Amino acid sequence: MSPVTSVSRREFLRIVPAAGAGLVLGVRLSAAMNATGPRGRPSALFAPNAFLQVDARGDVTIWASKSEMGQGVRTSLPMIVAEELDADWSRVRVEQAWADPRFGDLDTGGSSSVRTRYEPMRRAGAAARAMLVTAAAQTWGADRSACRTERGAVVHAPTGRRIRYGDLVEKAAALPVPQDAPLKDPKSFRIVGKSLPRTDTPSKVDGSAVYGIDVKVPGMLYAAVARSPVFGGKAKPFDANSAKTSPGVRAVVPISTGVAVVADSTWNALKGRDALRVDWDEGDGAAESSETLRAQFETLSQQPGKIVRDDGDAAAALEKAAKRLEAVYELPFQAHATMEPQNATASWQKDRCEVWAPVQTPSWALADIARAAGLPPGAVRLNITLLGGGFGRRINPDYAVEAVEISKAVTAPVKTVWSRADDLQHDFYRPASFHRIKGGLDVKGRIASWHHRLVSTSIKAYHEPTASDPEEDEIGGARDLPYAVPNVHVEYAAARSIVPRGWWRSVESSFNAFVVESFLDELAAAAHRDPLALRKELLSGGRTIAYPGQTFVQDTTRLKAVVDLAATRAGWGKPLAKGRARGIAAHFSYRTYCAQVAEVSIGKDGALRVHRVVCAVDCGRAIHPGIIAAQMEGGIVFGLSAALKSGITIEKGRVKQANFDEYEVLRIDEMPEVEVHIVPSDQPPTGVGEPGVPVIAPAVCNAIFAATGKRVRRLPVRVEDLVATS
Amino acid sequence: MASFTLTVNGKQVTAEADPATPILWFLRDTLGLTGTKFGCGASLCGACTIHLDGQAIRSCVTPISEAAGKTITTIEGLSADRGHPLQKAWIAEDVPQCGYCQSGMIMTAAALIAVKPKPTDDDIDAALGGHICRCGTYQRIRRAVRRAATGGPR
Ligand code: FES
Ligand code: FES
Repeated sequence: MSPVTSVSRREFLRIVPAAGAGLVLGVRLSAAMNATGPRGRPSALFAPNAFLQVDARGDVTIWASKSEMGQGVRTSLPMIVAEELDADWSRVRVEQAWADPRFGDLDTGGSSSVRTRYEPMRRAGAAARAMLVTAAAQTWGADRSACRTERGAVVHAPTGRRIRYGDLVEKAAALPVPQDAPLKDPKSFRIVGKSLPRTDTPSKVDGSAVYGIDVKVPGMLYAAVARSPVFGGKAKPFDANSAKTSPGVRAVVPISTGVAVVADSTWNALKGRDALRVDWDEGDGAAESSETLRAQFETLSQQPGKIVRDDGDAAAALEKAAKRLEAVYELPFQAHATMEPQNATASWQKDRCEVWAPVQTPSWALADIARAAGLPPGAVRLNITLLGGGFGRRINPDYAVEAVEISKAVTAPVKTVWSRADDLQHDFYRPASFHRIKGGLDVKGRIASWHHRLVSTSIKAYHEPTASDPEEDEIGGARDLPYAVPNVHVEYAAARSIVPRGWWRSVESSFNAFVVESFLDELAAAAHRDPLALRKELLSGGRTIAYPGQTFVQDTTRLKAVVDLAATRAGWGKPLAKGRARGIAAHFSYRTYCAQVAEVSIGKDGALRVHRVVCAVDCGRAIHPGIIAAQMEGGIVFGLSAALKSGITIEKGRVKQANFDEYEVLRIDEMPEVEVHIVPSDQPPTGVGEPGVPVIAPAVCNAIFAATGKRVRRLPVRVEDLVATS
Repeated sequence: MASFTLTVNGKQVTAEADPATPILWFLRDTLGLTGTKFGCGASLCGACTIHLDGQAIRSCVTPISEAAGKTITTIEGLSADRGHPLQKAWIAEDVPQCGYCQSGMIMTAAALIAVKPKPTDDDIDAALGGHICRCGTYQRIRRAVRRAATGGPR
C-alpha cells in the first residue's frame, strides 16, 4: 500500500512555487512499486510523488509524473485520479512534473506507467474525495454517510443541497488524510474505461506543443557536435579556425563526446560543423563490421553458453527424436529514430544549472547532468519537455549531458541539436542477435525437444562490462517459452562489440518472439499441424510460468485466449482472396498478452504486401481503450518497420546508414488495416507501449511461409527471400 | 547576407539572412514558429512541410531566397482557432501520439484537400507517402483525412 499524505501549503509552494492554495495531496509509492525504470537502475524514493491539487475555483491539477512520449500518460494517469476523486473531467488540468526527488520516480520505461500508478493514483483520488465529503458534512452539520459526490461537487442526498469542491478545499485541507478511503467499485467507473479525448491532442494539431527542440531561452546559442564516426574514437588535435571562420560561429570547444561548434543559429551551427576539419584516432573500433560480428556469432553459437533454462533433457530427447529440425535466425542492430532528433538546452552557471530536455529517465539524467555541471543534484533544475518519440532511446541522457558540457565551456545557454545522421549513427542500438535453435518431434509428431542457443550483443554488458549476468535484458521471451514441451533447454552467450546498445521498444522480446514464434511454426509444418491448433494445444491446461524474483506469472490460459480471439476475428481457416495467406503469432511481455494474425500477399517480383492485421490484447483492466488501440497500432508499425525495412549495419566500426533513405521505415502507403480487440478484464492494468511490437514480425513471416513455403530466418525480409520460384 | 521580404501567416516580415538558409530555420530560430519541425533535413520525412504560395513544400531544403515576395503558411497560421476541417478531424480521431510529425502531415493533407476536396485512399497515400510517422499513426491519419473530406466519420 502506498501511504497518502497531505502536503502543507508551505511545503507545496516550496516545490511548486507558482501553484495557488487549495487541497494538495501526495501519494508515496513504496520502493517495490517504484522499481520501474530502465532495468538495473532501481530507484527507491520515499517522497510523496503523485501530486494532485484542488483549488478554490474547483480546478483540479494533476502533476504528470511520467514523460509524455506519445503513449498518452498525460491522459491516462489523470483519468485514474479523476475517477476516484469524482472530478469534473472538464476541470482537470495536467502539469508536467520536473526532475525533483520530491516528485518521486519519474522514470518512464518498461511499459510500466499505468501498471505502477494505477493503485496509488486511485488512492490519492479517493483520499481527496473522502476529505471533501467530510468537509461538506461538517459544513452542513450532516451525517457523512448521507453525502455523495458527483462531478466535482458534494451532494447531500436527503435535501439535495450541493457544494462545489472549490468551496470546500480550505476546510478539507485542514483535515487528517484518511489512509483507507474506500475505492470505487469499478462497475461504477465513469471515466476509467472510456476513450476520452486526449488532453494533449489540441496542442499537437496547431503547432503549440513544446518539444525539447522547441525550447528557447534568452541569450541562447546553438551547438552541433562533431563525433567520432568510429565508436570509441577520439578527436586528434584539430584546427578550430576551420570552423570559426564559418558564418555565425562563436566558439569551437572540445567536449567528452567530440568537438562542439557553437553558433548563433541552428543552421550556422550545422554549417560550422561541416566546415570543421577534425581527424579521429579511431582506436580498435575500426576493426569491427557486421561481417566480423556475424563470424563471432557463428562461433559462439557452436559452443555451449550459459544455461538459463533446463527442463528435462533436451539433448537426449533430440537424439531420440523421430524428426529433427535445426535453424539459424538472425536480427540486426536497430536504431530508435525518434522523429524528434536528440536535443537539449542547458544554462550553466557557477552555482546552478537549468536544463530542458526530452528525457525518459529524469533520475539518470539528473545524476549525469549534475556530474557534468560539477554541481550537487540539488543545484540542477531539469525540466522535462514533451518527447517527439522515445522508444527507449531517451533512457540514455547523453544528449543532455552534452548540452551541459557545452554551456559550461562557453558560459552561455546552449541548445544542442542533432542531425538525423547524428541520431542514426550515435544511438544506443537494439542488440544484434543470432540464434541456433533445434527441435525434435517424436513418432507421434509431438514436440519432444526444444534447444535454443541465443547469442547477442548484450545491453547489460555494454553498460557494465564486468557484469556476471549479461543475459539480463536478452533472454525474455526465450527463457520463458510458454508452450508445453517436456524438454526445454535455453542457453545464452554474449558477443563482444564496440557498438553501443540500449533499450529499444520491447527490448529482447523484439527478437526472441520472432525466433520462438517462427520456429514453432516450423515445427508445426514439420508435424503437419495447423499452427493455430498446435498453439492452442500447447497452451492448454492452465499452466503458469514464473519469473525469478518476480511476483507475476505468465498464465497460458490468458495467452491462449488472445490467440483464440485474434484467430476468430481474423476468420482463421476461412477462405481468403487468391494469393493471400495468414500467419499467427503470440507473445507475453510487460505482463501483457498479445496475439496477432497477419494477412499478406506476395507478388511475382517478391513484393510483399501486408493487408490486414488483427490484434488481440489482454492488458488487464483497460483504462483508455482508444490509447490501448493506438499503442497496438503504433507497436505494429514499429515492428513492421524492423521486420520489413530497417537495419543498422556496421562498416569499419561505423554505422553505414545516415538518413531515412538508408534507414527506411514503414510509410502510410504500406500501412495495413489494423484491428485491435481488447479482452475485457478485471485484472490489474498492465503495459501497452511495447507488447504490440514483438508479435508482428513472426505473424507476417508465418504468413509468408503459408503463402510461399519460404521460411524467413533473418530480418529485415529481403525480396530474394520471397521470390516464389527460387 | 541579403534581405528578403515575405509574408508569413498573414504578416509581412523581412529576413536578413544568407540566401541559402533553409526556410525551416528562419521560421524556427528567427520567427519562433516552432510548429514546423526538423526531422531529417533532406526532404525524406515531411516533418518540415509548409505552404509556399499554397503549395506544400519541404522547408528544410528550400532556401529562404525562394520565398522572397511569396506567402508562407505554417501550421500556426492554418486557422485561427484549430478550426480547419483537418484540425477538427485530427482531434475527433485523436490522431497524434508523440505528435512530432503531425504538423507536416496536416500541412500536406491541407494542400491535398484544397485541390482535391474528396481524395481517394490512393490520393491520401500518394500525398502523404513522403512523410514518416515513427509512432505509427498512419491508420488514424487516413481516417481523419477522410473525415475532413466527408464531414463525418467514415
Ligand atoms: S525535415 Fe524536411 S523533409 Fe524531413
Ligand atoms: S505521432 Fe510521433 S512521429 Fe507521428
